[in-house]
This record gives sequence, C-alpha cells and structure tokens, in this order.
Amino acid sequence: MPDIITANRLADGVVVFQTAESTWSEDFNDAEVLPDAAATKAASARAAEDAARNLVVDVYAVAVETRNGHVVPKALREAIRAAGPTVRRDLGKQAQGLGPRSAPIAVGDA
Amino acid sequence: MYHYDDFDQAFVDARVAQFRDQVDRRLAGDLTEEQFRPHRLMNGLYLQLHAYMLRVAIPYGTLDARQMRKLAEIARVYDRGYGHFTTRQNIQYNWPALKDTPDILAELASVEMHAIQTSGNCIRNVTADHFAGVAHDEIADPRPYAEILRQWSSLHPEFSFLPRKFKIAVNGATHDRAVIQAHDIGLQVVRNEGGEIGFAVYVGGGLGRTPFVGRKVRAFLPERDLLGYVEAILRVYNLEGRRDNKYKARIKILMHEKTLETLKGEIEAEFEARDRALLDLPPEEVARVAAFFAPPALELKKPVSDRVERRRDKDARFASFLAANVTPHKAPGHVVVTVSLKPIGAPPGDCSADQMDAVADLAEDYSHGEIRVSHEQNLILPHVALGDLPAVYDRLASVGLATPNAGQISDIIACPGLDYCALATARSIPVAERIAQKFGDGAKARAIGPLKVKISGCINACGHHHVGHIGILGLERAGEETYQITLGGSGDENAAIGQIVGPGFSYENVVEAVETIVETYMGLRADASETFLDAFRRVGLAPFKEALYERSAGSDI
Ligand code: SF4
Repeated sequence: MPDIITANRLADGVVVFQTAESTWSEDFNDAEVLPDAAATKAASARAAEDAARNLVVDVYAVAVETRNGHVVPKALREAIRAAGPTVRRDLGKQAQGLGPRSAPIAVGDA
Repeated sequence: MYHYDDFDQAFVDARVAQFRDQVDRRLAGDLTEEQFRPHRLMNGLYLQLHAYMLRVAIPYGTLDARQMRKLAEIARVYDRGYGHFTTRQNIQYNWPALKDTPDILAELASVEMHAIQTSGNCIRNVTADHFAGVAHDEIADPRPYAEILRQWSSLHPEFSFLPRKFKIAVNGATHDRAVIQAHDIGLQVVRNEGGEIGFAVYVGGGLGRTPFVGRKVRAFLPERDLLGYVEAILRVYNLEGRRDNKYKARIKILMHEKTLETLKGEIEAEFEARDRALLDLPPEEVARVAAFFAPPALELKKPVSDRVERRRDKDARFASFLAANVTPHKAPGHVVVTVSLKPIGAPPGDCSADQMDAVADLAEDYSHGEIRVSHEQNLILPHVALGDLPAVYDRLASVGLATPNAGQISDIIACPGLDYCALATARSIPVAERIAQKFGDGAKARAIGPLKVKISGCINACGHHHVGHIGILGLERAGEETYQITLGGSGDENAAIGQIVGPGFSYENVVEAVETIVETYMGLRADASETFLDAFRRVGLAPFKEALYERSAGSDI
C-alpha cells in the first residue's frame, strides 16, 4: 500500500509532508508517494533524522490511495488532517489550496 | 471575582518565565520532544490533529470583561480569530504556534489567567454552577470553595502525578447545573439541621470508556473539613489507583473494584488518622475568599418591565429569547441571560474574537462586568436589569449571538471530534450542526421542549454523551464513522447514564435516527408538559427501539 510521510513542524505545529527531495512542504500535493514498505521505511528513517534535528515532531506514515486520479489519504482522519476542519472550509490547508485535490469531504445531508 | 494577590501574580509570572525558557531550549534543540512534552502539557499545550492546541483555564467559569477582551485579542493576534469554549468551562485555541505560546501565557498572566493544570494527571480546573451567586435556589455560592480548592491544588506536590487526571465540581444550588455526579469528586453544598453549611460528597463519577455516576460517601461534611477530607480522598486514590492501565486508572474504577463501602471506609480512616489542625479551613478564610464573590450592589427594580412586555408582544423572536435564554435572578427586577453559542448550523461553543469583544462590552454596559462560561458551552451575562433586556438582545442579535435556543434540542454539547481532535474516531461538530438545522430554534424546537443532546467524537466522552437525554457517540467501524445512540442519560441531581438503544447509525443516517426518536417521544408523551426525560423514564427504551429498528428503514443493520 502506498504511503506518504507526515509530521508537524516543531516551531509552529503546521502539518507538513515529506517531499522527494527530503524536505518538508506544507502542501499535501508535494508529498512523495512511497510505493512499498521498503520505500516507507527508508523515508521514515530520513524523517526521524529531521525529528532528531528538531525540525519536526510526531512523524508517521499515512496510507494513501488514488481516487479519480488524485492521491488522497485512505483514512478519514488523515483526509481531514490534510485538508482542514470539514466544518470550517476557511481554515487549514483547504483554505490555501494546499489540501488534496479530490472533492471535499461531505458535511451536510446530501 | 477573585483577584490575584502578590503571591498569585508572582507565581503565575514565574511559571510564564519558566515555560519561556523551556520553549527556548526546545526550539534550540537542548530539549528533546520526550523531555519537553510533559512541560508543555503542564502548561495546557497539546499537539492536536492540525496544529498545537492551547487550553486556557477559566476557573469555575467566571471571568470579567477585561479578561474576555484579552481572550479575543489572543484569538486575533495569535490564532485564527476564534476560540472554542469547552464542557469544562475552559477555552481552547486551535492554531497557536509553539514559539508564540510564552507570549500568549504572558498576555494571560497580565489579566490573572493561565493554562496551568489544564492537562496532565493532576487536579484539573475546578468547575461550578454557571449560575453561581445569582440562582434562586442557591444554598451558598460554590465559587469560594472552588477557589479555595484551586489554590490548594495548584502545583500540589503530592498530587501532581496522580494515576490519572482528577476533576472536581462544586454545586451550590438545589438543582445541579454542574454535573457533579460525573466528576471524580462532586461537592454539593448543603445545610444540616442546625443550619450549618457543609457538603454532600460524591466520589467516583466519570464518563469515558466506563461511565459511572458518583456515589455519596458523606451526606454532610462540615465546611471546615473540606480540604482535609478532599485530601484524604486524593491520598487513598493516589496510593491505590491503578497505574498499569490508563483505562482503569480513574477513581471510578477503584470505587467499582473496591465497592463503595470499602473505599468509603478507607477514606474515613485516612481522614481520621490525619492531624485535623493541619488542613483546617477556618470560617474567617472562607469569609475572606467569599468576599471576592460578593454580589454587585443591584438596585432593586420592579419585577415587570413595560418596555420588555411591549417588545414581547410585538416581537415573536424576542419572546422566544425571553422564554428560553432568560432566567430569573435572585435580585428582583434582574435576570440572568444565557448567550447561546449554538447558532443554527455553526460549531457549538465556537466564538469569534469580535463576538468575544461584543460580549465583553455588553458585560461592562449591562452585567457589572461579569461573564460566565457554562459547561454547556454557552456564555452567561449574570446580572442584567430586566428593563435592559431589549437593548441587550438587540446587541447580541447584531453579532449573531441571540439564538433563542438555550436548553432546547439545538443547544447541543459537542466536543471538537475528528475535525480537530487527534484522538477522535468520528466527527461530532457537523452532526450537531445537522441536528440543529433539522430542528432549528423556532416553533418546532419549542414544541419539543427541554431536550439535551450531547455528542462525543470518541469514547473519552468530552461531549458528555452518557448524560445526554439523547447521547451520541462517534465511533469508527471498518473505516466509516458510526454513531451509537444512548437515551435517558441525565447530568443533574438525578444523574443517570444513558442506555444504548441498539446498533449504531452511519454519518448519513444519524440525524434521521434522532428525528425518529423525537417523533416517537412526541407521539407518546402524556402532554406537552411531559419532557423527553420524564417520558423516557416512564416508557423505557422499547418504543424507541421499535421505532428505530423495526418500523423505520433508517437503521444500518
Ligand atoms: S471525546 Fe474524544 S474526540 Fe471528543 S474531544 Fe474528547 S478525546 Fe477528542
């Protein structure tokens, strides 16, 4: 199952994603998609070094899938974390165009 | 209001300086996250789903206009322009930066506020009736006792590393508005036959994974023994509470495992063994603290206002506001105004910086500068002259704060849930919003009458779902949000844990299920005066079960 690596930036807590260049981006869409467990392991090890260097905290891997041609987190929790509160579209990454490109998570009655 | 003395101020200022140093060292890399985490938690700073979250204590839910303005300023300058009032009478900021938190704490200290002991396995913010000092049915103002307990428990060396967090609530009226029986210690002010003030003491209440209603361990505890007895309870708990399993670490589990009689015996033995003089609470000290909470000198006024009556006759929404959000004050000609933070379709408990400023201005102009925060996530203007109600209402309405739904089905308690909380298993805010939209704040909601809906986004039960007349618990099943419904819970003096009605409902269907429950109640109630809770107590689960699972297609089984 493909993964991405996420964390929070230490100084301000902003959710960040690990890029293919091993940097951290606020944009979910910059996240490097890791195709297999070996890639996730290697990327996690690099991320752990950044945690040890006090750049980020709470590093972990998030399972992603492709829906309608867009990479999205599989779990609802991670989808909300990557986008922002579903009850405040004006806040979080969704407000800055930095969230997943898929349709927003439904809130109201259909 | 209590005011810091030099000692209090120096203590809080020193904590800010200490935390500033800790944050500096963390940012410089001199402290690891493991080393730093306990320090930040001791100062109310969590790492949540999207960002850090700062929980600020509002002791027993009382604050003044100046403090509310400071909360607004912090929301504006350091956060995203709003705050969230919680079921523990606190406020949470959802987006602060770690590097800014020492400055935020310094701002708070400048108005006698802090975030100490809003997290961690210690004695948390002591909560109280939000109508304290103004309620008609009050035996004594609970806040002096809450303040004394707060001072005693702040950084208490023996009780800073308890097996688990520890919550104390104090209620001073005959009607319990502080949910004391859902706390580790619940203190109910009572008078004995001689007319002396004391406390009925409840221990072992708590919600969460294993909910229990508190059990009475003392029918009358003399006022002077308050601290000694509470200390005895804490000592027994500190020694015997489980530390091997955090789900079994609260005093409610100890009570359950040991039985009421055994635990009570141990508390009494501990209390008897100690030197009473050490923690004696002399009446002079109670009087000294109580003086801070003396009611403002309110001019006696007529109990009827022509201005209010005229407005009531021609303005139906104002009339609804009067009926739902206005409560008599013990001083004639005055009222207590509940400012609903539950506008239809908005997150319960959220308040923008501009709204906070507006409430602060109103408090200054019409409520002797005082504001309360209720565990029901509303604000209170406690001392409003009856004749000022039209003006207060209009100003509240101009900032979207005149929703006339206090105590009704759309006045829902909801925890942050999966929209904000790292521990959540499902969303709670949008479920609350949808239920509120379904029933509104008009004739439909009024016809239903008093009905408390409480929603939690996980088993930790911050949304008090177990004591909701209708309780909703958001869970996750196979990657989907699922909502378990309980009925018949109650958080007042007749506290009860709600009963699970049956299998859960999907996010899509949960609102329809609530509608079915409400329709069933409306169909079977004896008359309009029989509340949902009364009707439930008369008929039990069966008719609701039948409506939900046998007749309706709404269930997901
Ligand atoms: S009940 Fe659960 S989801 Fe809700 S605030 Fe508490 S921990 Fe978070």
